[in-house]
Amino acid sequence: MSAVDLTTRYLGLDLTSPLIAAASPLSRSLDNARQLEDAGAGALVMYSLFEEELTHQENATARFMIDQGIGFGEADSFLPFHDSAFQHGLEQYLDQVRTLKQALTIPVIASLNGVSLDGWIEHGRLLCEAGADALELNVYHLASDLDESGEAVERRYLELLTALKAEVTVPVAMKLSPYFSSPGHFIRRLAEAKADGVVLFNRFYQPDIDLDHQQVVSQLSRSRPDEIRLALRWLALLYRKTPLTLAGVGGVHSGADALKLLLAGADAVQLCSALLVQGPEYLATVKQQLVEQLALFDSDCLADVIGRFSQRQCHSPEVFERANYIHLIDSYNPAAGVHL
Amino acid sequence: MSERITLDGNEAVARVAYALNEVIAIYPITPASSMGEWSDQWAAQGRPNLFGAVPSVVEMQSEAGAAGALHGALQNGALATTFTASQGLLLMIPNMYKIAGELTPLVIHVSARTIATHALSIFGDHSDVMAVRATGFAMLAANSVQEVHDFALISQAVSLTSRVPFVHFFDGFRTSHEIATLDTLSPETLSALIDLDAIHAHRRRALTPENPVLRGSAQNPDVFFQAQEAVNPYYQALPGLVQQAFDRFAELTGRHYHLFDYIGSEQARRVLVLMGSGAETGEETVREWVEDGEPVGLIKVRLYRPFSAQDLIAALPETTEAIAVLDRCKEPGADGEPLYKDVLTALAQHQAGTAPKFSQMPKVIGGRYGLSSKEFTPAMVKAVFDELNAEQPKNGFTIGIADDVSGSSLNFDASYRSRAALSAFNALFYGLGSDGTVSANKNAIKIIGNLTDKYAQGYFVYDSKKSGAMTVSHLRFGDAPIRSSYLIGEGDAQFIACHQPSFLERHALLDKAAPGAVFLLNSQEPEGEVWHSLPRATQQAIIDKNIRLYVLDAYAIAQRLGLGRLINTVMQAGFFALSDVLPKEQALTAIKQAVQKSYAKAGQRIVEANIAAIDAAVAALKEIPVPDKADNDFDLTPPVPDSAPEFIRNITGEIMAGRGDTLPVSAFAADGTFPTGTAQWDKRNLALDIPVWETDLCTQCGKCVFVCPHSVIRSKLFKPEAMADAPPTFKHTPVKSKAFTGLEISYQVAPEDCTGCTLCVDVCPIRDRENPERKALNMRPQAPLREQERANWDFFLKLPEPDRHLLHANKIPEAMHFQPLFEFPSACVGCGETPYIRLASQLFGERMVVANATGCSSIYGGNLPTTPWSKNAEGRGPAWSNSLFEDNAEFGLGFRVAINQQRLFAEHLLEQLQDDIGRETVAAIIDAPQTDEAEIFEQRQRVAALKQRLEGRNDAVSRQLLEVIDTLIKRSVWIIGGDGWGYDIGFGGLDHVLASGLDVNILLLDTEVYSNTGGQTSKATPRGAIAKFSAAGKATPKKDLARLAMDYEQVYVAQVAFGAKDAHTLRAFLEAESYPGVSLIIAYSPCIAHGVDLSRNLKQQNLAVRSGHWPLLRFDPRRVSQGHNPMQLDSAKPSIPFRDFALTEARFNMLARTHPQASEKFMQQCQQEVEARYRHYHLLAEDLKERES
Repeated sequence: MSAVDLTTRYLGLDLTSPLIAAASPLSRSLDNARQLEDAGAGALVMYSLFEEELTHQENATARFMIDQGIGFGEADSFLPFHDSAFQHGLEQYLDQVRTLKQALTIPVIASLNGVSLDGWIEHGRLLCEAGADALELNVYHLASDLDESGEAVERRYLELLTALKAEVTVPVAMKLSPYFSSPGHFIRRLAEAKADGVVLFNRFYQPDIDLDHQQVVSQLSRSRPDEIRLALRWLALLYRKTPLTLAGVGGVHSGADALKLLLAGADAVQLCSALLVQGPEYLATVKQQLVEQLALFDSDCLADVIGRFSQRQCHSPEVFERANYIHLIDSYNPAAGVHL
Repeated sequence: MSERITLDGNEAVARVAYALNEVIAIYPITPASSMGEWSDQWAAQGRPNLFGAVPSVVEMQSEAGAAGALHGALQNGALATTFTASQGLLLMIPNMYKIAGELTPLVIHVSARTIATHALSIFGDHSDVMAVRATGFAMLAANSVQEVHDFALISQAVSLTSRVPFVHFFDGFRTSHEIATLDTLSPETLSALIDLDAIHAHRRRALTPENPVLRGSAQNPDVFFQAQEAVNPYYQALPGLVQQAFDRFAELTGRHYHLFDYIGSEQARRVLVLMGSGAETGEETVREWVEDGEPVGLIKVRLYRPFSAQDLIAALPETTEAIAVLDRCKEPGADGEPLYKDVLTALAQHQAGTAPKFSQMPKVIGGRYGLSSKEFTPAMVKAVFDELNAEQPKNGFTIGIADDVSGSSLNFDASYRSRAALSAFNALFYGLGSDGTVSANKNAIKIIGNLTDKYAQGYFVYDSKKSGAMTVSHLRFGDAPIRSSYLIGEGDAQFIACHQPSFLERHALLDKAAPGAVFLLNSQEPEGEVWHSLPRATQQAIIDKNIRLYVLDAYAIAQRLGLGRLINTVMQAGFFALSDVLPKEQALTAIKQAVQKSYAKAGQRIVEANIAAIDAAVAALKEIPVPDKADNDFDLTPPVPDSAPEFIRNITGEIMAGRGDTLPVSAFAADGTFPTGTAQWDKRNLALDIPVWETDLCTQCGKCVFVCPHSVIRSKLFKPEAMADAPPTFKHTPVKSKAFTGLEISYQVAPEDCTGCTLCVDVCPIRDRENPERKALNMRPQAPLREQERANWDFFLKLPEPDRHLLHANKIPEAMHFQPLFEFPSACVGCGETPYIRLASQLFGERMVVANATGCSSIYGGNLPTTPWSKNAEGRGPAWSNSLFEDNAEFGLGFRVAINQQRLFAEHLLEQLQDDIGRETVAAIIDAPQTDEAEIFEQRQRVAALKQRLEGRNDAVSRQLLEVIDTLIKRSVWIIGGDGWGYDIGFGGLDHVLASGLDVNILLLDTEVYSNTGGQTSKATPRGAIAKFSAAGKATPKKDLARLAMDYEQVYVAQVAFGAKDAHTLRAFLEAESYPGVSLIIAYSPCIAHGVDLSRNLKQQNLAVRSGHWPLLRFDPRRVSQGHNPMQLDSAKPSIPFRDFALTEARFNMLARTHPQASEKFMQQCQQEVEARYRHYHLLAEDLKERES
């Protein structure tokens, strides 16, 4: 296993392995983080710091912890409030960055989600100061406002990236949703705005209708292996067409899944659901599977196979651009060079 | 190093007790709870005690349990303590005898509180401590916040050296909750006074197998007596040891104490004797009189047990001619209260001795004062001294009340003031419970106490309501120590602030204003309209007293800065800007620093908003010119309308108006009985918005009525002709249900009783398709609707109630037409408990008797002035009583046994009369099935007819039968209480009742904490939640009470959550009540202690059920005989992660802020537990099904 070279370069960082622990609650625990490193993670993306959540926490802290009184003689408060032990969510996150940085040798990538531009910038700066090796911007935005154009959405992201890059020195990755009219074009613009990489793709809470309770519910379900195909297509399409380093995420449950994304063109892959279900040590299994799968390609160096099945390098580049029924029609076309 | 700080009495005690102990056994009880809470908090923070160890703080299931744990800890060599009061202390009595009998060093710190007699009271007097004076504990009385701090040390020091355990007591609320400036005891002082050798000796007496002994033997008549007398030398030595400790303490701190401290003239002829905070008022008054040359004096009793008669005599001046001894307790039937009798005995024995000190035996009279924190003022001190001038002064007097029944009371001149009271700067603040007024004032006291040399005092008066409560903050600042242990009186306040403009309507806020006072009003009126918004009497008071009127629109500022309705910072800035207690700039800087400190943990954004609020407040302050004449034609609204019944006008209304102190003894029934149906008279107008019904959209599902926590939205069916006199805006529409074709229906809101909680709108399932914002119920501003809807409500009430037996109780729309006989409780806005109680009252109210455990439900259910328990048009309704916290299941079982017994007796008597009234009639009555509304109705008719026949008959059988005849109508016994009762303190009794098989219905309102006392952990608290006493998150899972109850196999058990499945709740209530054995309904009740706004009450219930935290189930033993599985799991497999429920509540999510790793671990454990519990329940149900097949 050690003979195989799994090193890769992502966001300008040299990783010992392309397997990155994606943003998840696992990074809240130092023990879990250490296990991930021991299992062979190339880097660790921390759980996301949500500005919206911080704001909510601040309001809840003021309302439920500091201003508890209801003017009742028997009870001037209800929840114990430990002033000295209590940490603001931001402070806690920064502490965790420092703790992880101190304990781990692999890069620690902080994940960030903001609401206001000021929030993004301020938090990004603090995360860098705390020692984060890179920032992953968890830029989810559901364009539910019918007055907002796609151009406006993209502009907002670009403004954010530009402003943040002016403030921080560490590499910045954009974790994108798949909902762009022209993802490739947008990613090119991100590159122009000095992004260092993109992570494809973010997954979201999806609403559902609970018929038993007759209500709309929303929750994040864990990924399934077949979900890698979405990222696979776009990694393959983007490989070598953008200067950005690429990470695939969503549905990686085995070494085979990981390898597919790497073959499509990812510089690294991120795992989340599999680790949440199987535990952090499962990453070692995935790594072992990856090595075994690499052997099928007669390769002991990961760099050799990255992008081997990208659109640029594969034998059927058109397959990445086709939808189903076109595929059927297309099969009637004669081979190039055949004169009808 | 000692430092001067401001603290309340309980924290002042807890700091010392925590520092000097290793094991702290606690249980919540007002007003002692916060001492345990501080201890738990410090332990969770890892704060070491004086000896460098972090004490173990253990919460027990009751005070009896705490005492047992203490006893065990002490026997095993630990330094241990506890904090308690009132009934809690009573529960410790058996162990106290043991602990004292074994000469065990211990201090129990008691914030002395009234013992419940004719009524419960959370307030202060000495009835509890006087009840333990025979236990063998020494008793040391502290009178002020400084003294409780000092005596916590002294009692512990002497207990160790003397081996005699101590009760260290001080007045509940007046001292325990007073915030005052004090000099702290340094660790060096603590160390200097605590004798390490005594600690070592205590440890050497511990039980150990290395040196085994036996303690706690059983003894026979031959030796018990002598063996008990063996302790005498220890008690004889004790007064000397206490004085030695006092003297050593004085060397260390400069504060001098004596067993009996005498204050006053060396030539005093009249002397008062008392202990507790009243002695401070006494001292304040006596010192001034002595300055004025009056020969009077005062004895402050410090060490009450052992009572050192010789030290008392030594403390009294030789010139003493008359002594009044004041007891803060009542011993009915005794010829005097305890302290009086001790003093009298001491004097009599002394004078009968060989060298009497006094030329003749002084006159000694005793009297009662200050029961349940009744005010004790310099005017009352004067009245007692004046009485001592009488030739035959009244003995057994009362002071502070008007006793027009027994004539015991002394008159007093309420206008009398001490100079000290007037020399301080007195400020009064009227606030709304949740607007932050009290916390702002606590801050203000700390700012002034900490930044200046001034002495500060703060005391806070609350009404007993949990929603819309009025708080009155009494703040004093002075250059000398403040001994005024009484409220700011009429005409004494130089500053008055009204933080809630609606108080102006009903309260004479300026009665307490001094001439030239400043009145700061939070008002949303435009500047030019403020004067005209004041009732005429208020205007007149401003003119007469030359009051300067200032106004601030605090709500607008708070709203603008994102602070919601929290106006604490704004109004505090107003106070400092207008009062001269501190230079304005210094004051504003200080509040900003305080805000920075208070809100730092909430983040810079919120700090900045509060700081901006300070500047905005100062900028917005406006002085309103005061005209020469009062010109308004409206005046203060009377508390109740003239149309109210006499009792309501004369008694209830007076209490509501804050004039309860003036009611004489004759106003009250001697046995504590009150009429029900009185909450309807307390129109509190709390809601800013109220629901408005849209007849066109409504499907008449009744869900809004079902969820209403305050019974303010009602439905009724009636004939169209009833609308002839309807007010023009009264809404009604034809009923949709085919069963009632031809009738009209109305959903009507009580506009002045609604609290604006929005749950009815939240539950309303119907939206306008054209305008989805519009539901069949929508919140609209109350003010413009108030008059119109008041008329509509009155009209609605007059409509006849529908025939109960025509309605199907198992259908929500129809069941909701039943009249609630529990209405307008003063529970929290959006309370999770009250809908269950209301539902029971609707279904069974007219034949319901309720045993109610002490807790939230007994407070919103039974705290004066009014009660939500009410009656129907026939005068029938729930009869309600509260016994104790710990005995409620047994209390309710007693109800059932008594009813059954009387029913049997009635049947026996009936049978004796059968030749007379007819065999068939008797059989019809005795055999009446009474299984549904119709059958109960028929039985009621039969009994009524029989009563009519028996009226006027003089034979013994008929007369006896008439007294018990009503028990022939089925009675529904309800045992209601919270989880603190059912899971913890009352669990033994509950368990016994579960096993009894008797026909009682237990409604356990599970808020998963002790809600009433402020959110302490119970065994119902879930793992991973923070609660008081579980500051680091509860590490153990919630007790599964349903499972325990089901194990009896003969108990009907239901676990319900109306916000998740209302029809299930309804069905469970009907099944439970109809089950002819014990029924237990465990009802999920969201509470403000969960750290979530109760407008989310229903959503939280839903999340609790869907996450598997609260499975819905019913276990009906009747089903077995029908060939069915008794167990029915009524909720689906958990469909959302536990985390998605838990993290919506601060009780869970705040743990991640303090203990992130533990929080994460708990979340994972909880997830496993909900899944395992679901599997278990599912298997239980499935297994039995298989067994059937």
